[in-house]
Amino acid sequence: MTTATETFFKSIQESTVPSYFGEGKTIRKTALQRLLEIGLPSNKSEEYRFTPITKTLEKKLVWETSTQASTLSSIEPFLIPGLDAHLIVLINGAFAKQFSNLDELESSVTVTTFAEANTQIKEKIVAQLGSLNKSDDAFSLLNTAFYQEGIFIHVPKNTVVAKPFLILHINDAQQKQVVSHTRLLVTVENGSAVSVIEKSDSIGAYPCFHTFTEEIVVGEDATFDYCKVQNDSGSIHQVSNTTLSQSNTSKVNTFTLTLNGQLIRNNLSIIIDGEHCESHFHGLYLVTGNTLVDNHTVVDHQKPNSFSNELYKGIMDENSKGVFNGKIYVRPHAQKTNAFQSNRNILMSESATINTKPQLEIWADDVKCSHGCTTGQLDEEALFYLQARGIPYDSAKAMLLYAFALDVVALIKNDTLKSYVDDLITERLHKNF
Amino acid sequence: MSKDNQLLEEFTSKEYEHGWNVNLEADEAPKGLSEDTVRFISAKKKEPTWLLEWRLKAYRQWEKMPEPKWSNVHYPKINYQDIIYYSAPKQKKSLSGLDEVDPELIKTFEKLGISITEQKRLTGVAVDAVIDSVSVATTFKSTLGELGIIFCSFSEAVKEHPDLIKKYLGSVVPMGDNYFAALNSAVFSDGSFCYIPKGVRCPMELSTYFRINAANTGQFERTLIIADEGSFVSYLEGCTAPMRDENQLHAAVVELYAMKDAEIKYSTVQNWYPGDKNGKGGIYNFVTKRGLCFGDHSKISWTQVETGSAITWKYPSCVLKGDYSMGEFYSVAVTNNYQQADTGTKMIHIGKNTKSRIVSKGISAGKSQNSYRGQVHIMKRASNARNFSQCDSLLMGDLCGAHTFPYIDVENQTARIEHEATTSKIGEDQIFYCLQRGIDEEAAVALIVNGYAKEVLNQLPMEFAVEAQKLLALTLEGSVG
Repeated sequence: MTTATETFFKSIQESTVPSYFGEGKTIRKTALQRLLEIGLPSNKSEEYRFTPITKTLEKKLVWETSTQASTLSSIEPFLIPGLDAHLIVLINGAFAKQFSNLDELESSVTVTTFAEANTQIKEKIVAQLGSLNKSDDAFSLLNTAFYQEGIFIHVPKNTVVAKPFLILHINDAQQKQVVSHTRLLVTVENGSAVSVIEKSDSIGAYPCFHTFTEEIVVGEDATFDYCKVQNDSGSIHQVSNTTLSQSNTSKVNTFTLTLNGQLIRNNLSIIIDGEHCESHFHGLYLVTGNTLVDNHTVVDHQKPNSFSNELYKGIMDENSKGVFNGKIYVRPHAQKTNAFQSNRNILMSESATINTKPQLEIWADDVKCSHGCTTGQLDEEALFYLQARGIPYDSAKAMLLYAFALDVVALIKNDTLKSYVDDLITERLHKNF
Repeated sequence: MSKDNQLLEEFTSKEYEHGWNVNLEADEAPKGLSEDTVRFISAKKKEPTWLLEWRLKAYRQWEKMPEPKWSNVHYPKINYQDIIYYSAPKQKKSLSGLDEVDPELIKTFEKLGISITEQKRLTGVAVDAVIDSVSVATTFKSTLGELGIIFCSFSEAVKEHPDLIKKYLGSVVPMGDNYFAALNSAVFSDGSFCYIPKGVRCPMELSTYFRINAANTGQFERTLIIADEGSFVSYLEGCTAPMRDENQLHAAVVELYAMKDAEIKYSTVQNWYPGDKNGKGGIYNFVTKRGLCFGDHSKISWTQVETGSAITWKYPSCVLKGDYSMGEFYSVAVTNNYQQADTGTKMIHIGKNTKSRIVSKGISAGKSQNSYRGQVHIMKRASNARNFSQCDSLLMGDLCGAHTFPYIDVENQTARIEHEATTSKIGEDQIFYCLQRGIDEEAAVALIVNGYAKEVLNQLPMEFAVEAQKLLALTLEGSVG
């Protein structure tokens, strides 16, 4: 951390901390104090060993708290074509009411921004804020100290939200750099089901830095589907911290797709705090250029009899870098846990690199856990097979890479989203490989 | 189940078999560590000035280094000023054969069931017995001498082959490599030195037994093995230690240097005192082992069976510098009671077409913690590198833990890396299958565990395989899950 960063943090502490409600102030102050103590991570820090984020940010950004206004007149290019969804749009960290659309939302479901929440909901927000995300991660603390806006979603008991939520994060850096920090709180009560798709985009040549902290509580017998699409312009630096907690017999599916960006760091952690839970989490990163994508996942089995399955696949081309760290914790009483993890990578160019660290930490004996990890190239024989049948080398390569990626894409539940992701990948493969 | 528990209890409450203390008058350095201690050791060993300078340089580096905290083991802070850094058993001036060896020493080995005389006669192993840091007997020296093989104690090598030592000491593990290697470089007492000349295939397994004897004595061994072009050597290292209440520190350094077409096979069975069933006492085993495949087509293979020590902190590594060089690591680590093991390997691929293979089997029982920590690093230049890693953990009982921390860093697109890890317990169905066929539970567990570790045990030379299997069976007696 350079002196400029430190001076900035200190100056904030002396001035008033921005806050939407009195209680929020305490959380912000504590987070800021802790952040000053630990500082932003250096490359010596175990969690950021391969991701030189602090250095990159300090080189490219000027720290500031003021929000950058946007002159964006249409969000059309950022939408997912054909997807019928409840739309929530955040531009440069601020809620854009004019673009959002929640008209067809079931009346029992509450959706509000932190700023517009009534007193009763504010109490709920304050109670829930930071209840799951106790991470000592510097960027998580940074977000807590500086978040500009948050979205609160509450799905009451036994309610199925028919349409998915689409949360759009747009960073408009056409005039100036953008630094934005946002939050999301979701409560899915017992027996309910909801799906959230989150997409981030940025425009403009100036650098962007976006942190996003999400805390999601999934009740008993509830289902939560979560999908993240990261197809930003090349100037975005993004750190997301997603924490999910599951109760008995609940089900969670997550999917993280990363196609573009300067530096993307996703911290995803799932706390399995119930029995007979099921969690599937999948990830796909197809990156080129100088993109660095870093996925850190944690599955924490705290109760017995649950199942988790993780599959992350990556294709790295040009100077891109992939980092993967998957942790599986099985706590002393979480017997009969089944936990599987797999990370597969393909390097396409001489200067692409991958650093992967699948990690198992197990304190219970009656469990079945495994992880697998591979790095390699396309199978020469498969390539030859296709070429022998008159398929040109480039198409054969794209075909095999597509098949490699399809494993993960096939697991997306929403059909519109699936075909959208499919198109993105096909386009990418034909353009680059 | 109650019978099993009883058996488990019986085993865990068993006194350490090898726990006794031979009364050898030690010639000790005063407690504590300073430049004077380093000078004392060097003077005591009548070392040349350059070696003293080397030690002092290492000491100065060590002074500035922080103690590493990243490993997954917990222990009270070590007071480095409360350790005796040098102790030598008294002995006659020169020894030409076993008859001249201190009879007390011979007895020690007999208690361990590895008497030199017997081994010498039956197995043809040349044993360089190291007790409390000073070599006292070297056998078969003349036979090896005929082939030009040098196999002697480190201090002897310093006197007789200073050029070799000067050239290769610290070439694989630099003095400031890590905290414990730096400490070792400053105060190492003795160890083994081995040089295999060009094109020679060492006709027998070379072996050293380490013993930690006098109370409060840190053991700082240093082993250096050089295999010249086209040579082959298989080296065995085995350790047992008498029972002690205070924790004892062991920070050894092993350097292997393989030139073009050479092969070194290094096998270890480590059975140091693990502490009693309440986790009191035991050896701290902080070892730096590294092999350098310097020449093309060279090969280094590490095999280890770790059953002892309160804390093991050990990563036998291979630096694959030569093209087509190969590194292997086979390990069985068993922990019981309050033992903690953080062990694994590093495979650094630098040369082209390099290959490495890692097979690690962890078994944890009681309240122990067993970690695998490994790194496979494919450097930019290392085209067509190949790695296969497998690390399995077996848990026995619900109070122990198994952890895996594999780092896989690939900078070259042509690399093919596979890593696989599993954690499980012995399946009830597997036991049931055996029971059905008239094999009792105890035998079934032994059978399954032996099968589980077979891949590694098979790598051990005959002499060791027997000992290792005995140790495994002993450790797992009565721990049916």
